Amino acid sequence: MAETVVKAPLPVGEALTIQKNRITGRDAKSRRLAVVTGTHGDELEGQYVAWQLARVLEEKKNLLKGTVDIYPALNPLGISTIYRGLPGFDLDMNRIFPGSRNETMYEYIADGIIRDIKGADLCIDIHASNIFLREIPQVRVNEKTAEVLVPLAKLLNMDYIWVHSAATVLESTLAYSLNMLGTRTLVVEMGVGMRITRSYGDQLITGILSALFHLGMLDGEAPEIKRPVVSTDGSVAFINANASGFFMPNVSHGEYVKQGQSLGFIGDALNGAVKEELYSPVDGMVFTLREYPVVNEGSLIARILGGVGL
Amino acid sequence: MRRIKLFTIDALPYRQPIPVYGYRFGSRKKTLAIMGAVRGDEVQQMYTAARLVRKLSELEKQGAFASDLGVLVVPCAAQFSMNVSKRFWPLDNTDINRMFPGYAAGETTQRLAARIFDALQGYRWGVHLASFYLPGDFVPHVRIMDTGYQPNEEGLDFGLPYLVIRKPYPYDTTTLNYNWQVWDTHTFSLYTRSTDFIDEESAEMAADSVLYFLAKKGMLPYKLPESVLQFLSEKGMLGSVLPEGSKTEMVKEESFVNIHNRAGGILIHYRHPADFVRAGNLLAEIIDPYTAEIKEKIFSPADGTLFFAHHAQLIAGHSIVFRLIPKEES
Repeated sequence: MAETVVKAPLPVGEALTIQKNRITGRDAKSRRLAVVTGTHGDELEGQYVAWQLARVLEEKKNLLKGTVDIYPALNPLGISTIYRGLPGFDLDMNRIFPGSRNETMYEYIADGIIRDIKGADLCIDIHASNIFLREIPQVRVNEKTAEVLVPLAKLLNMDYIWVHSAATVLESTLAYSLNMLGTRTLVVEMGVGMRITRSYGDQLITGILSALFHLGMLDGEAPEIKRPVVSTDGSVAFINANASGFFMPNVSHGEYVKQGQSLGFIGDALNGAVKEELYSPVDGMVFTLREYPVVNEGSLIARILGGVGL
Repeated sequence: MRRIKLFTIDALPYRQPIPVYGYRFGSRKKTLAIMGAVRGDEVQQMYTAARLVRKLSELEKQGAFASDLGVLVVPCAAQFSMNVSKRFWPLDNTDINRMFPGYAAGETTQRLAARIFDALQGYRWGVHLASFYLPGDFVPHVRIMDTGYQPNEEGLDFGLPYLVIRKPYPYDTTTLNYNWQVWDTHTFSLYTRSTDFIDEESAEMAADSVLYFLAKKGMLPYKLPESVLQFLSEKGMLGSVLPEGSKTEMVKEESFVNIHNRAGGILIHYRHPADFVRAGNLLAEIIDPYTAEIKEKIFSPADGTLFFAHHAQLIAGHSIVFRLIPKEES
């Protein structure tokens, strides 16, 4: 059932309204899972997950215990305008949590979202990279919360768990804010901006059902899930462009590569020149690959998880 | 004055190379660096820096510089965005002022931030001509992030109407101001009234205030900034609101009173930044966009001076319409 989480009037005849789909099983107040997405308006992978999860849970309602809240669009104005950020506001929405009732309209909205999710037994925050990079299905965990969250992340049927270093600026994210409030929150990254990858969505839905089972919210048999690779920053190699132009890959996303193997090149359309050839610095798996061809000097081309092979 | 090429923004083949220039004055000592526009709509900030280049050039020609004074002014590092009317980096919409201290091997705006930061390193004092993340009009002021790395009182030496002390939020930790401080430069952000259009009066005040700061440090001839005195005089703030012996009032940002609206609609201001208001004074109205009926009246909750006013004519509910410095702070 659709419910309003928080709303604010817009200038001309409309309200900014954050909504959620509440699905309840027996003993509705015993446990709660929150599935949120759409913080960045150009990330759409979570749309399919929100839609399909609601359908699957309706089918399994007799097995469900507790409440599942699905928030399909934390930034509805961004999604509706194909805009990553918050229209008319400088800051990224994932830099204004936990929000405030005494600051701007968007911080008021952020505060309302936090108040609504707070107290859930688990929150899954689904992201979809951006329009430039394609990501394999993964969970990102701040090293400060790794001890608690990595065991939960392993339930989500993802390919990879990246335990990243703590940065002060990340203290304004939804996930960090909820974790600090005692609501365990996992950040999923998968796919690419402005697109939906159905297979990734289905993979995550199996993972969410697995999490529900382990939280004691779903009866029946535990879904079969894959074992993810777990690594820290030290295992990840970054490959950035050192020239501007267009990027043509020589590898596929998710491919295992050898040190020194060509990843692709940057071409100059004006004169037919190759401006830069890019090579893998390590043996490993290409878990991030450039999707949008035009690059400036510095644009991220790929991330390779070192030390893993076929 | 010497113009030096600090670095080049190279976005070939789609755009031509863009040199980023700095203007050096005086000795080779790194006394003061001033950073102008880092965002594509910071026209006022670039213009203020340009005025400063002209003023410093004249003072240098007159031989007014102290022997150990060396100044760098960088009017603009946002040409790539400015020339296509974008506030942020056009390709990925990232903000250079959320990328400091930068990373030379990182993504495009991290690399640019690293080059800017490299050019600004080692100065005793740093001034960033900044713009705010909310669209609005300010009382011209100097702002310090309260990191504990520098004495806040030093900001009084700019002689502007207000020195605002801000406690940094997590998202502030990647700004130029914050990182410049961490790297041992005493750093100040100067805010004028505008961003994407030129306001001559506050640009002059900001440029004068930098010269005043150097004068207070004994590095330029002592000269009261006429533009500041004129502003204070026009606003009735001279000699009454300000503490005796000082031209600047130091206020903590957390003491500001945010004045919100509940309704959305068309915003009509009746009072403006720098106005002194009494509790109960009508400050603004929110008008129905279809019928022009008054949906909400915004009153002042306390006596004090208006510091900030929402700029756009259309306003959503739960916005900050004004920020007020309450009288007990004055």
